[in-house]
Amino acid sequence: MSAIAGKFFNWVNDRLPIVNTFERHLSKHPVPSKVNFWYLFGALAAVTLIIQIVTGIWLIMPYSNTEEQAFSSIEYIMRDVDYGWVIRYMHTTGASLFFAVVYLHMFRGLLYGSYQKPKELVWIFGCTIYLAMMAEGFLGYVLPYGQMSYWGAQVIISLFGAIPYIGESLELWVRGDYYISGITVSRFFALHVVALPLVLIALVFLHLVALHEVGAGNPEGVDIEKYLDEDGVPLDSVPFFPYKVLNALVAIGVFMTVFSIIMFFFPEGGGYFIEMANFQEANPLVTPDHIAPVWYYAPFYTMLRAIPDPLGGLIVMAAAVAIFFVVPWLDRSKVASIRYKGIFSKIAITMFGVSFLTLGYLGTVGVTEVRKTMSVICTVIYFAFFLLMPIYTKYEKTGVVPERL
Amino acid sequence: MQEKDKTRRKVLIGLTSTVGLSGLPFAATPFIAAWNPSAKAKAAGAPVKLDVSKMQFGQQIQVSWRKQPVFIVRHTKESIANLDIAIPKLADPNSDLIDEPYKGINASRSKSPEYSVFSGVCTHLGCAPKYFPEVEPKPWDATWNGGFFCPCHGSMFDIVGRVFKGVPAPTNLLVPPHMFEGSILTIGEDKEL
Repeated sequence: MSAIAGKFFNWVNDRLPIVNTFERHLSKHPVPSKVNFWYLFGALAAVTLIIQIVTGIWLIMPYSNTEEQAFSSIEYIMRDVDYGWVIRYMHTTGASLFFAVVYLHMFRGLLYGSYQKPKELVWIFGCTIYLAMMAEGFLGYVLPYGQMSYWGAQVIISLFGAIPYIGESLELWVRGDYYISGITVSRFFALHVVALPLVLIALVFLHLVALHEVGAGNPEGVDIEKYLDEDGVPLDSVPFFPYKVLNALVAIGVFMTVFSIIMFFFPEGGGYFIEMANFQEANPLVTPDHIAPVWYYAPFYTMLRAIPDPLGGLIVMAAAVAIFFVVPWLDRSKVASIRYKGIFSKIAITMFGVSFLTLGYLGTVGVTEVRKTMSVICTVIYFAFFLLMPIYTKYEKTGVVPERL
Repeated sequence: MQEKDKTRRKVLIGLTSTVGLSGLPFAATPFIAAWNPSAKAKAAGAPVKLDVSKMQFGQQIQVSWRKQPVFIVRHTKESIANLDIAIPKLADPNSDLIDEPYKGINASRSKSPEYSVFSGVCTHLGCAPKYFPEVEPKPWDATWNGGFFCPCHGSMFDIVGRVFKGVPAPTNLLVPPHMFEGSILTIGEDKEL
């Protein structure tokens, strides 16, 4: 029996590079032997992406993308479809946690210089994934056609209107109607379930291929390629499979526990994951009291609000995301990891983290004079972190990076 | 020989690429155009026409345009003459805070001195303000000079839709593009704009 199975396997392997690929990307793929928990979020992001795709496919089946039925089909999923509520809450919780792990994953990149030469393309593909995720999340949030879907989309689409000359016609073109109607919902549906997932999957593929080409980093910023054994394998490395896979499984176990607790006990996340206004059907005639974005857009929404001019706000918000793409060229430090960077880098990244969280908080609450001033200050700190990076990373005193991990 | 072949090849590659690329805008056209408002959406959002000559002086009517209520008011001579009385109460008497299409043409804010045309959606939270044309003390204003009062949160507007100071609504009621052809009012289209 096993002889036949072996023969069959060989037959396939002669025609499809199974063993080669498995060895190249898993069992013989060297990864740094010492990393910390920050290096687990990439795997968790991949798991969340799979959850989103699977639950998404199941949600498409009962969902209806018309103006009349979009909202009621969500209620139908929640009440009438067996386990529909689990699948929907998995998808909404998954969306928030996807952003959570991606934010942590990106912050890891900033901490340990995961964008430095030769990993620039890995970083850029990652930033593009983040951009695609933001679009994907926005489009998805419109689909239930609740009050916050409608008015959130109203705010975001009217951003296009701030573009000089073509703004108004662009807005109309995006909506395909004079208000956010079933026409808008159904095109957002097509983009959300087909176009952007294809883009996301392609980008994740490129992100991983580029990563495997240049090799993963480590929290010390040690170049493990310097010391190789007689087979050319870095001495400070272990094979990805089974060592990192088993490692990641533990992290996935913990993550799934957190995921389940949220999904079963706090699916709305206190109004941060699904806003309360979205339990009412969209009504073009009644604006909700307080329009706030979901938490993962909140920092950028605060920047938009901090600038009184709509076009200026749009530019600042776009720049806040775009600036991530050029980080590999802003960091002039000789060392990669924050552990060996100087005091200025340490202060800068702390202030950046605090201002990002503050901006996030401010985006979810109403505007007052004090909060407005705070948003301006935090926006300035946010940009100062990036724009001053070429100076403080170049001139500060750095530590000595060890030779071995 | 080899060199010569290469230049010829380059020219040919250039020419074929140009011809190929010039087809790109044509191929892209249907995909871009399909996102324009469809004939159905355009019909549903088409301008609304009505004859306003049958309206009584002082009467207010409501028509629906693009799923939004639009108010039309036919003013009396006195009410137009009394417009200035309310100015000290107004937050933005000249509509400087909004993008007003017919600014400074008529006191009525419309293209006709006799009729006002403005959106019936309160700029606060989108309720529909109610019309109280009487000049008499009201529970919400002891010196009421006629106008609109929003029952939801108490925003007040004068008879041409300008917002009062100290109310929740931030701006005047918006004026949609419109035109008069004789007594036929078209809302949603203005050939002169």
